[in-house]
Amino acid sequence: MMRREAKGMKEEMKLEFDAISENEGLARVVIAAFLTRLDPTLEQLQDVKTAVSEAVTNAVIHGYEEKGGKIRMSAVLEKGELKLTIEDEGVGIEDISKAMQPLFTTKPEGERSGMGFSFMEAFMDRVEVESSPGNGTTVHMCKSFQENILSQSKLLSGQV
Amino acid sequence: MEEQWRMQTEENPNFAVIDNYLCIRMPKEVDHHGAAAIRENADRLLLNEQVRNIVFDFENTSFMDSSGIGIIIGRYRKISSLGGRVYAIHADERIQRILKASGMSSIIEVLL
Repeated sequence: MMRREAKGMKEEMKLEFDAISENEGLARVVIAAFLTRLDPTLEQLQDVKTAVSEAVTNAVIHGYEEKGGKIRMSAVLEKGELKLTIEDEGVGIEDISKAMQPLFTTKPEGERSGMGFSFMEAFMDRVEVESSPGNGTTVHMCKSFQENILSQSKLLSGQV
Repeated sequence: MEEQWRMQTEENPNFAVIDNYLCIRMPKEVDHHGAAAIRENADRLLLNEQVRNIVFDFENTSFMDSSGIGIIIGRYRKISSLGGRVYAIHADERIQRILKASGMSSIIEVLL
Protein backbone atom coordinates (compact mmCIF):
# COMPACT_ATOMS: atom_id res chain seq x y z
CA MET A 1 0.00 0.00 0.00
CA MET A 2 1.31 3.44 -0.87
CA ARG A 3 1.56 5.98 1.86
CA ARG A 4 -0.62 9.08 1.74
CA GLU A 5 2.43 11.26 1.28
CA ALA A 6 3.57 9.24 -1.73
CA LYS A 7 0.18 9.92 -3.31
CA GLY A 8 0.70 13.66 -2.90
CA MET A 9 -1.36 14.02 0.25
CA LYS A 10 0.20 15.49 3.33
CA GLU A 11 0.98 13.68 6.55
CA GLU A 12 0.90 15.60 9.77
CA MET A 13 1.45 15.38 13.52
CA LYS A 14 1.10 17.76 16.44
CA LEU A 15 2.37 17.49 19.98
CA GLU A 16 1.99 19.76 22.99
CA PHE A 17 4.15 19.31 26.06
CA ASP A 18 5.40 21.11 29.16
CA ALA A 19 8.42 23.37 28.75
CA ILE A 20 10.67 21.40 31.09
CA SER A 21 14.12 20.08 30.27
CA GLU A 22 13.00 16.43 30.57
CA ASN A 23 10.89 16.97 27.45
CA GLU A 24 13.86 17.98 25.25
CA GLY A 25 14.55 14.26 24.88
CA LEU A 26 10.85 13.50 24.37
CA ALA A 27 10.65 15.95 21.46
CA ARG A 28 13.70 14.32 19.84
CA VAL A 29 12.25 10.82 20.19
CA VAL A 30 8.87 11.87 18.76
CA ILE A 31 10.29 13.60 15.69
CA ALA A 32 12.61 10.66 15.04
CA ALA A 33 9.64 8.26 15.21
CA PHE A 34 7.62 10.45 12.84
CA LEU A 35 10.47 10.44 10.30
CA THR A 36 10.91 6.65 10.34
CA ARG A 37 8.39 6.33 7.45
CA LEU A 38 10.90 8.10 5.19
CA ASP A 39 13.58 5.52 5.94
CA PRO A 40 15.98 8.37 6.82
CA THR A 41 19.74 8.02 7.00
CA LEU A 42 21.32 8.24 10.43
CA GLU A 43 22.71 11.63 9.44
CA GLN A 44 19.29 13.00 8.39
CA LEU A 45 17.79 11.77 11.67
CA GLN A 46 20.57 13.34 13.73
CA ASP A 47 20.27 16.63 11.83
CA VAL A 48 16.56 16.95 12.58
CA LYS A 49 16.92 15.74 16.17
CA THR A 50 19.65 18.33 16.80
CA ALA A 51 17.57 21.15 15.30
CA VAL A 52 14.51 20.13 17.37
CA SER A 53 16.64 19.89 20.51
CA GLU A 54 17.99 23.42 19.96
CA ALA A 55 14.57 24.96 19.32
CA VAL A 56 12.91 23.22 22.29
CA THR A 57 15.81 24.09 24.60
CA ASN A 58 15.52 27.75 23.53
CA ALA A 59 11.82 27.70 24.42
CA VAL A 60 12.54 26.14 27.85
CA ILE A 61 15.43 28.44 28.75
CA HIS A 62 14.71 31.71 26.96
CA GLY A 63 11.02 31.64 26.04
CA TYR A 64 9.81 30.55 29.46
CA GLU A 65 12.98 31.40 31.44
CA GLU A 66 12.82 27.90 33.02
CA LYS A 67 9.51 28.72 34.74
CA GLY A 68 7.50 26.34 32.56
CA GLY A 69 4.73 26.77 30.02
CA LYS A 70 3.59 24.88 26.96
CA ILE A 71 5.53 24.09 23.80
CA ARG A 72 3.83 22.96 20.62
CA MET A 73 5.71 21.01 17.99
CA SER A 74 4.15 20.19 14.65
CA ALA A 75 5.55 18.40 11.63
CA VAL A 76 4.14 18.20 8.11
CA LEU A 77 5.41 16.00 5.30
CA GLU A 78 4.33 17.24 1.92
CA LYS A 79 5.90 16.84 -1.51
CA GLY A 80 9.05 15.37 -0.06
CA GLU A 81 9.60 18.22 2.35
CA LEU A 82 9.51 18.21 6.13
CA LYS A 83 8.07 21.38 7.62
CA LEU A 84 8.69 21.63 11.34
CA THR A 85 7.24 24.23 13.67
CA ILE A 86 8.18 24.76 17.30
CA GLU A 87 6.12 27.31 19.12
CA ASP A 88 6.03 28.83 22.60
CA GLU A 89 4.01 31.55 24.29
CA GLY A 90 6.95 32.88 26.24
CA VAL A 91 8.65 36.26 26.51
CA GLY A 92 9.55 36.48 22.83
CA ILE A 93 12.67 37.91 21.19
CA GLU A 94 13.32 41.61 20.79
CA ASP A 95 16.01 41.48 18.11
CA ILE A 96 15.71 38.27 16.06
CA SER A 97 18.73 38.86 13.80
CA LYS A 98 20.91 39.50 16.86
CA ALA A 99 19.58 36.36 18.57
CA MET A 100 20.49 34.35 15.48
CA GLN A 101 24.10 35.55 15.36
CA PRO A 102 26.61 32.79 16.14
CA LEU A 103 27.91 32.93 19.73
CA PHE A 104 25.34 35.54 20.79
CA THR A 105 23.68 34.58 24.05
CA THR A 106 21.73 36.44 26.71
CA LYS A 107 22.69 33.75 29.22
CA PRO A 108 26.48 33.37 29.30
CA GLU A 109 26.28 32.70 33.07
CA GLY A 110 24.30 29.55 32.27
CA GLU A 111 27.13 28.64 29.89
CA ARG A 112 24.97 28.69 26.83
CA SER A 113 27.22 28.52 23.79
CA GLY A 114 25.18 30.87 21.60
CA MET A 115 25.23 28.20 18.89
CA GLY A 116 21.55 27.19 19.02
CA PHE A 117 20.29 28.98 15.92
CA SER A 118 23.59 28.30 14.09
CA PHE A 119 23.04 24.57 14.61
CA MET A 120 19.43 24.82 13.40
CA GLU A 121 20.66 26.61 10.26
CA ALA A 122 23.54 24.17 9.77
CA PHE A 123 21.38 21.06 9.97
CA MET A 124 18.15 22.17 8.27
CA ASP A 125 17.63 23.68 4.81
CA ARG A 126 15.70 26.75 6.00
CA VAL A 127 15.04 28.39 9.36
CA GLU A 128 12.62 31.27 9.95
CA VAL A 129 11.78 32.86 13.27
CA GLU A 130 8.62 34.79 14.13
CA SER A 131 8.72 36.58 17.45
CA SER A 132 8.16 39.83 19.29
CA PRO A 133 8.41 40.74 22.97
CA GLY A 134 5.45 39.39 24.92
CA ASN A 135 4.09 37.38 22.01
CA GLY A 136 6.03 34.15 22.15
CA THR A 137 8.29 32.64 19.51
CA THR A 138 7.62 30.39 16.54
CA VAL A 139 10.50 28.67 14.76
CA HIS A 140 9.78 27.27 11.28
CA MET A 141 12.30 24.84 9.81
CA CYS A 142 12.30 22.92 6.54
CA LYS A 143 14.32 20.02 5.22
CA SER A 144 14.03 18.19 1.93
CA PHE A 145 13.52 14.42 1.93
CA GLN A 146 12.89 14.30 -1.81
CA GLU A 147 15.55 11.65 -2.39
CA ASN A 148 14.04 9.36 0.24
CA ILE A 149 10.62 9.65 -1.42
CA LEU A 150 12.13 8.96 -4.85
CA SER A 151 13.95 5.83 -3.76
CA GLN A 152 10.81 4.61 -1.96
CA SER A 153 8.62 5.02 -5.05
CA LYS A 154 11.26 3.28 -7.20
CA LEU A 155 11.21 0.38 -4.76
CA LEU A 156 7.41 0.24 -4.93
CA SER A 157 7.29 0.29 -8.71
CA GLY A 158 9.95 -2.40 -8.97
CA GLN A 159 12.56 -0.18 -10.63
CA VAL A 160 15.23 -1.18 -8.16
CA MET B 1 41.59 2.48 30.90
CA GLU B 2 38.88 0.36 32.59
CA GLU B 3 41.29 -0.34 35.44
CA GLN B 4 41.80 3.35 35.93
CA TRP B 5 38.11 4.12 35.96
CA ARG B 6 38.00 2.26 39.28
CA MET B 7 39.75 5.27 40.77
CA GLN B 8 36.60 7.20 40.05
CA THR B 9 35.03 9.51 42.58
CA GLU B 10 32.57 7.93 44.97
CA GLU B 11 29.73 10.31 44.15
CA ASN B 12 29.76 9.81 40.43
CA PRO B 13 31.22 6.91 38.46
CA ASN B 14 31.49 8.99 35.30
CA PHE B 15 34.16 11.28 36.70
CA ALA B 16 37.71 10.21 37.45
CA VAL B 17 40.94 12.03 38.28
CA ILE B 18 43.88 10.18 36.76
CA ASP B 19 47.25 11.89 37.39
CA ASN B 20 46.44 15.52 36.67
CA TYR B 21 43.74 14.70 34.13
CA LEU B 22 40.05 15.03 34.91
CA CYS B 23 38.30 12.40 32.79
CA ILE B 24 34.60 12.89 32.17
CA ARG B 25 32.60 10.06 30.65
CA MET B 26 29.85 11.88 28.76
CA PRO B 27 26.31 10.41 28.82
CA LYS B 28 24.47 8.79 25.90
CA GLU B 29 22.70 12.05 25.12
CA VAL B 30 24.31 15.39 25.92
CA ASP B 31 21.66 18.11 26.09
CA HIS B 32 20.55 21.01 28.29
CA HIS B 33 18.71 18.61 30.61
CA GLY B 34 21.87 16.88 31.80
CA ALA B 35 24.31 19.76 31.33
CA ALA B 36 24.08 21.35 34.79
CA ALA B 37 24.96 18.11 36.60
CA ILE B 38 28.03 17.57 34.40
CA ARG B 39 29.18 21.19 34.95
CA GLU B 40 28.70 21.04 38.71
CA ASN B 41 30.52 17.73 39.12
CA ALA B 42 33.37 18.82 36.89
CA ASP B 43 33.81 22.18 38.59
CA ARG B 44 33.82 20.66 42.07
CA LEU B 45 36.65 18.34 41.05
CA LEU B 46 38.53 21.17 39.32
CA LEU B 47 38.37 23.09 42.60
CA ASN B 48 39.26 20.25 44.97
CA GLU B 49 41.69 18.08 43.02
CA GLN B 50 45.05 18.61 41.38
CA VAL B 51 43.70 18.84 37.85
CA ARG B 52 45.52 20.45 34.97
CA ASN B 53 43.90 18.92 31.90
CA ILE B 54 40.42 17.67 31.02
CA VAL B 55 39.44 14.71 28.87
CA PHE B 56 35.87 14.43 27.56
CA ASP B 57 35.20 10.80 26.67
CA PHE B 58 32.41 10.40 24.09
CA GLU B 59 32.56 6.61 23.93
CA ASN B 60 28.92 6.23 25.06
CA THR B 61 27.61 9.39 23.38
CA SER B 62 25.38 9.20 20.33
CA PHE B 63 23.73 12.62 20.57
CA MET B 64 25.01 16.08 21.47
CA ASP B 65 23.52 19.50 20.83
CA SER B 66 24.95 22.98 21.51
CA SER B 67 24.52 22.46 25.27
CA GLY B 68 27.54 20.14 25.04
CA ILE B 69 29.52 22.90 23.38
CA GLY B 70 28.62 25.16 26.32
CA ILE B 71 29.98 22.56 28.75
CA ILE B 72 33.25 22.27 26.82
CA ILE B 73 33.77 26.03 26.35
CA GLY B 74 33.10 26.68 30.05
CA ARG B 75 35.65 24.09 31.19
CA TYR B 76 38.12 25.22 28.51
CA ARG B 77 37.96 28.79 29.90
CA LYS B 78 38.70 27.58 33.42
CA ILE B 79 41.61 25.38 32.50
CA SER B 80 43.30 27.11 29.57
CA SER B 81 44.15 30.23 31.59
CA LEU B 82 46.28 27.96 33.80
CA GLY B 83 47.99 26.38 30.82
CA GLY B 84 45.91 23.18 30.81
CA ARG B 85 44.52 21.46 27.76
CA VAL B 86 41.17 19.97 26.82
CA TYR B 87 40.84 16.71 24.90
CA ALA B 88 37.91 14.92 23.26
CA ILE B 89 38.29 11.18 22.80
CA HIS B 90 36.19 8.42 21.20
CA ALA B 91 34.02 10.95 19.36
CA ASP B 92 32.02 9.29 16.57
CA GLU B 93 31.50 10.93 13.19
CA ARG B 94 28.47 12.86 14.37
CA ILE B 95 30.13 14.26 17.50
CA GLN B 96 33.19 15.18 15.44
CA ARG B 97 30.92 17.07 13.05
CA ILE B 98 29.35 18.97 15.97
CA LEU B 99 32.80 19.80 17.38
CA LYS B 100 33.92 21.04 13.99
CA ALA B 101 30.76 23.04 13.17
CA SER B 102 31.07 24.89 16.48
CA GLY B 103 34.77 25.70 16.06
CA MET B 104 35.63 23.55 19.09
CA SER B 105 38.08 21.44 17.12
CA SER B 106 40.38 24.46 16.77
CA ILE B 107 40.73 25.06 20.53
CA ILE B 108 40.65 21.52 21.89
CA GLU B 109 42.46 18.36 20.84
CA VAL B 110 40.14 15.87 19.16
CA LEU B 111 41.86 12.49 19.38
CA LEU B 112 40.60 9.64 17.25
